[in-house]
Amino acid sequence: MATAQVSEAEKVYILHGIREDLRVDGRGCEDYRHMEIETDVVSNTDGSAKVTLGHTAVLVGIKAEIGKPRPMIPNEGYLEFFVDCSANATPEFEGRGGEELGTEISNTLYKVFNNKHSVDLQSLCISPGEHCWVLYVDVLLLQCDGNLYDATSVAIKAALFSTKIPRVHISTDDEGGKEIELSDDPYDCMRIQVENVPCIVTLCKVGHRHVVDATLQEKACSVASLIISVTHKGTVTCTRKVGGGSLDPESVFEMTEAGKRVGKALHAPLMKLLQHEESLGRKTPKVGFLG
Amino acid sequence: MAADMRLPRVRKTLSVSESASHRRDLVVPGDIITSDTGFMRGHGTYVDDDKLTASVAGEVQRVDKLICVRPLKTRFNGEVGDVVVGRITEVQQKRWKVETNSRLDSVLLLSSVNLPGGELRRRSAEDELTMREYLQEGDLISAEVQSVFSDGALSLHTRSLKYGKLGQGVLVQLSPSLVKRQKTHFHNLPCGASVILGNNGFVWLYPTPGQQEEEAGGFYTSLEPVSLADREVISRLRNCLLALAAHKVLLFDTSLLYCYESSLQHQVKDILKPEVMEEIVMLTQQKLLEQEG
Repeated sequence: MATAQVSEAEKVYILHGIREDLRVDGRGCEDYRHMEIETDVVSNTDGSAKVTLGHTAVLVGIKAEIGKPRPMIPNEGYLEFFVDCSANATPEFEGRGGEELGTEISNTLYKVFNNKHSVDLQSLCISPGEHCWVLYVDVLLLQCDGNLYDATSVAIKAALFSTKIPRVHISTDDEGGKEIELSDDPYDCMRIQVENVPCIVTLCKVGHRHVVDATLQEKACSVASLIISVTHKGTVTCTRKVGGGSLDPESVFEMTEAGKRVGKALHAPLMKLLQHEESLGRKTPKVGFLG
Repeated sequence: MAADMRLPRVRKTLSVSESASHRRDLVVPGDIITSDTGFMRGHGTYVDDDKLTASVAGEVQRVDKLICVRPLKTRFNGEVGDVVVGRITEVQQKRWKVETNSRLDSVLLLSSVNLPGGELRRRSAEDELTMREYLQEGDLISAEVQSVFSDGALSLHTRSLKYGKLGQGVLVQLSPSLVKRQKTHFHNLPCGASVILGNNGFVWLYPTPGQQEEEAGGFYTSLEPVSLADREVISRLRNCLLALAAHKVLLFDTSLLYCYESSLQHQVKDILKPEVMEEIVMLTQQKLLEQEG
């Protein structure tokens, strides 16, 4: 995974700074870098979003396809995650170098969304046991500057918000066979309720304190981090510990509390921004990738 | 605590003076530099239909009959005497390899460092074995370019007390084209911190050392906590550097200091917000113009 080299003295400087709640870029321990979000940036997807956080850039595209529901849950659709690490981000990702990180992130995403409340999967069902919508969520990491998980989860939430699934009707012909009919109107589409979609907060333990939205340099100083996905109500849907070091139970508790607090605060501005962008309509030109 | 989220905006070019857009010596790839055949083709150019054309974006330089284009977005092309900040990547026999943002890793020979103790002596085999105690992988150093090899790799030296291993501070990596060449690249800024503006685009910010402390050949690093006030100044300077670099303002002590002064009304963490950045850089450019005019 992309890492930064840091000398011993730099580490000491970062550590002492975090102890005094003043990080290298002037942020406090629970501050995020400012985030830029744009949706509908890829025209051949059903929903897409690009998020930049510092120098981290993540692009998420969502494609809806008709598939067969899983045998155990015939009346629900499902989500598929795939994370691709572009070699543009760091030369280490060249060839199969990014695969490990990619599967790690996608496995985490499966866990985060593995509950009934994140996305209303029943609304993705077309006809129970036969057809349902499968949402392929493709994540592309364009640049890495720390905190990939958080940026990815925000991008997914934004992309899900912008996803428009065409409406279909089932008609039965004379012989009892079913036929799927697509609506003629391209604007007749279904939206996904994203209210309960969680956002991931990564807390890095640095010294005796923990920070959110760690940069690569801060990541290099931390031994372990905790990944928490939090909904807007503060419900935790998944926690994971990554990194080689250990965390004592007390700090896990503290970090979970902090994660909940920070995660809850992420949703309101995100939803406000997405609604604002939607209200601007199609006329405002997109900034895209060359701004 | 609430995260600051926004829509991306197309970045405007900020310039107080209009001159930049009218400069004839700035070219982009494909621009015809001259159709006069009396000139020689240098780096960054090619001949197309008997016309000398630029192959990179940058500044046209002419020496007699030779025309070159010096690219603006480039790695560091070192020259003898340049001050650089670099990071040790490898410890080898009698030499360290140093990452200096050039195309090839630079070399720091054991014979071109001041060993602790300061006395001049032959480097023994023992010194060779303890090289990693002086400088190990990941350590930052400041050094000067001693010579340039034929393949463009640099040979560095730290044979002066001002060069050597760097202690606590912050490294900012910028484009080498943004650093202005000056008489000195070491500055003790009046705002309470010091800065090394490496010619290679690596800028080192560190708290101004107190009394000229006992120098141990530049190998002693203090691990005492830096005071909160110093930290704030360093963080502010770091964000100012990034703001100036984002708007392509030439970096030297005055521009950095003016930017620092203009940023004082904002909180340190707000400096990197696009609108604050624009405001600060505009103020800085105005101050720089006033000072020139």
